[in-house]
Amino acid sequence: MINEVTMPSMGADMTEGTIAKWLKAEGDQISRGDKLAEIETDKTVVEMEAYADGVLRRITVEEGSLVQVGTVIAYIGDPEDEIPEAVSDPVVAESDTQPSEQSDAPAPAPAPAPADSVLAKNDIGTEPIAAVSSVAGGRVKASPIARKIAAEKGIDITTVPGTGPGSRITKADVENFTPSAQFASSGVSRSVAIDGSDTPLSSMRQAIARVTVRSKTESPHYYVTHEVNMGAAMTFRSQLNEALDDGSRVSVNDMVLKAVATSLVKYPKWNSSFDGDKLVGHSEINLGVAIALDEGLIVPAVMGIQNMSLVEISQAVRDLGSRARGEGGTLTQDELTKGTFGTSNLGMFGTDTFAAIIVPPNAGIIAVGAVKEKPIVDNGNVVVGQTMNATISADHRVGDGAEAAIFLSEFQKTLENPVRLML
Amino acid sequence: MPEILFREALKRGLQEALENDPRVFMMGEDIGEYGGAYAVTDGFLEKFGPERIKDTPISEQAFVGAGIGAAAAGLRPIVEFMSISFSLVAFDQIVNMAANLRYMSGGQINVPMVIRAPTGAGVQLGATHSQSFETWLAEVPGIKVVCPSNPYDALGLIRSAIKDDNPVIVAEPALLYGDKGNVPDEYYEIELGKADVSRSGTDITLVSYGYGMRPVNSAADSLEERGHSVETIDLRSLNPLDIETVLTSIQKTNRVVLVDSARRTGGVMAEVAAELQQRASEWLDGPIMRVGSIDVPWPYNRGLEREVLTDAGDVLAAAAEGYGM
Repeated sequence: MINEVTMPSMGADMTEGTIAKWLKAEGDQISRGDKLAEIETDKTVVEMEAYADGVLRRITVEEGSLVQVGTVIAYIGDPEDEIPEAVSDPVVAESDTQPSEQSDAPAPAPAPAPADSVLAKNDIGTEPIAAVSSVAGGRVKASPIARKIAAEKGIDITTVPGTGPGSRITKADVENFTPSAQFASSGVSRSVAIDGSDTPLSSMRQAIARVTVRSKTESPHYYVTHEVNMGAAMTFRSQLNEALDDGSRVSVNDMVLKAVATSLVKYPKWNSSFDGDKLVGHSEINLGVAIALDEGLIVPAVMGIQNMSLVEISQAVRDLGSRARGEGGTLTQDELTKGTFGTSNLGMFGTDTFAAIIVPPNAGIIAVGAVKEKPIVDNGNVVVGQTMNATISADHRVGDGAEAAIFLSEFQKTLENPVRLML
Repeated sequence: MPEILFREALKRGLQEALENDPRVFMMGEDIGEYGGAYAVTDGFLEKFGPERIKDTPISEQAFVGAGIGAAAAGLRPIVEFMSISFSLVAFDQIVNMAANLRYMSGGQINVPMVIRAPTGAGVQLGATHSQSFETWLAEVPGIKVVCPSNPYDALGLIRSAIKDDNPVIVAEPALLYGDKGNVPDEYYEIELGKADVSRSGTDITLVSYGYGMRPVNSAADSLEERGHSVETIDLRSLNPLDIETVLTSIQKTNRVVLVDSARRTGGVMAEVAAELQQRASEWLDGPIMRVGSIDVPWPYNRGLEREVLTDAGDVLAAAAEGYGM
């Protein structure tokens, strides 16, 4: 039996992905779970696993090609299986300058092999469409009436951006289309922007924009801040680090994660997700850690953190950070998409207090600032102490302010009685 | 205009015919003593007597055959099935005989017979009593098939069906017998073979017939709430099929969702879709969208039956998928 391998969706907002690298070659024997390819999304690079056993019969999308989620990228099956000829979706060109070809245009001169399956990027949409509206590669997706009107008006259909399902060029697109100067045949030379030009957003920046806007528009945030006395935790940490003879060190952030994890075990409501008429509970705590990369922010999760000791968390976070920076492997799809609660830490920049944006569909995120020496009141005396501010951003649909305060005070008590971190 | 029930509209049409034309008589299971499975012929036996209101045995093939003979001999029989699913046992009489007699006799023999039958699912009658075989019968040349969606059309169509000199199937959606609608006291007829543009709009055309008009109207309301102008077409007649009205509409709206409440595969809308793609493709602003009930035996379980039956959500999903509306 022949199995289609399709571009997977590695997050709700992922619409397309690039084959960064094939890890298997045509003819290789594949077992379910084998790493097939590295997929580059607008966030990061993820390894993709095989979901079927068999021989990798054919790779239909080459390395470096950007395709829509759901596009067939390879076939796995028995050596005698027939491979379907039809390719469901055309490849999206990497470059916007790639001219698109229209099937009813005069036959082009022999082109490089991939060209006949290439479409200009704006011909491929972000929404899935069940029906196949353009038959083979190389065709522009336009409705018949749109083509008819374009022909009547003398508009080159390939220059019209499509806004219909699957980015199909619709009647309205053609009717509202104004050819821009650079496409006009009036001989006007192209103007080159030198100053005050716009900066196109990277795909990662666009993804961050989408996710944060979605979060702030869908999820009603509120914020509760506690000041945590970190004196005992800092002493505990130095003692622990001295005792660790393998050279590893536990960071303040590791303790924060452990305290969040134990607090979530006690108040699992905050480890759920709002979904219309219900809260979806999660049996694992996958704790997201905001990591600032040069390209932008990602929030991969430490998976199953409720079962980890403080030292194990420390190792797991270090490993997560390395892989996020592309050292020693890549982040998995689950780590990038299955977080159940978030943490963010700007302590290294000296930040006192800040509030983070919840990563949908999580119920909350705890943002911590730097541990600072400050005057505190201890038994009626003002002494020098160490404090850290923690702010929870909570989804009001999941729980109310009092509940967030109780949860955060559990977090606070855990850090102020650090022996609890060893439980 | 007075508001009356769908079953009352049918009753009015039948009663007029019985009163005005002595050649008209009725046959069927439980139409006399019992008053009809859906109470359409309630009181007829008392009023018109057993000569004209004939309770039959469970013998569809026999009483359709008797109807054909009576029609050929000059009477105007109205035959009732308890369910259009039971037409299956009489298919030889309907398809081979009734539909072909005029042609085979070189026009010497007409069969002016009406066959009435409740059709469709939704009333928990199980797999063998819930089907919609007007879709099969609509394919046969020589018989006409109509299926009203409201009391006004039910009365107008039954009047024309009884007057017509050909065999006419009147498929009556079982779910609609209790629906109310405005029906004027003044006499009117509805020509067989004419679709009705039941709502006029410019952005999308929704096409259905019979019970399917209920999800269509509901979906049209939803789409209009979102600011779209919706045209709805009730085919009313499946044979002859009024494709012209649909074509005209699509030249205006450029978008279309075809809605069967019968099973999707082989439904009437499959035929409509084929005609549209051949004759109107250059007017379309996207795929011809088609929805219908799921291709499974009709469940008895209420929840499952509703799940299988076409609803407004299916229509809206098709509009969203095909046209981003």
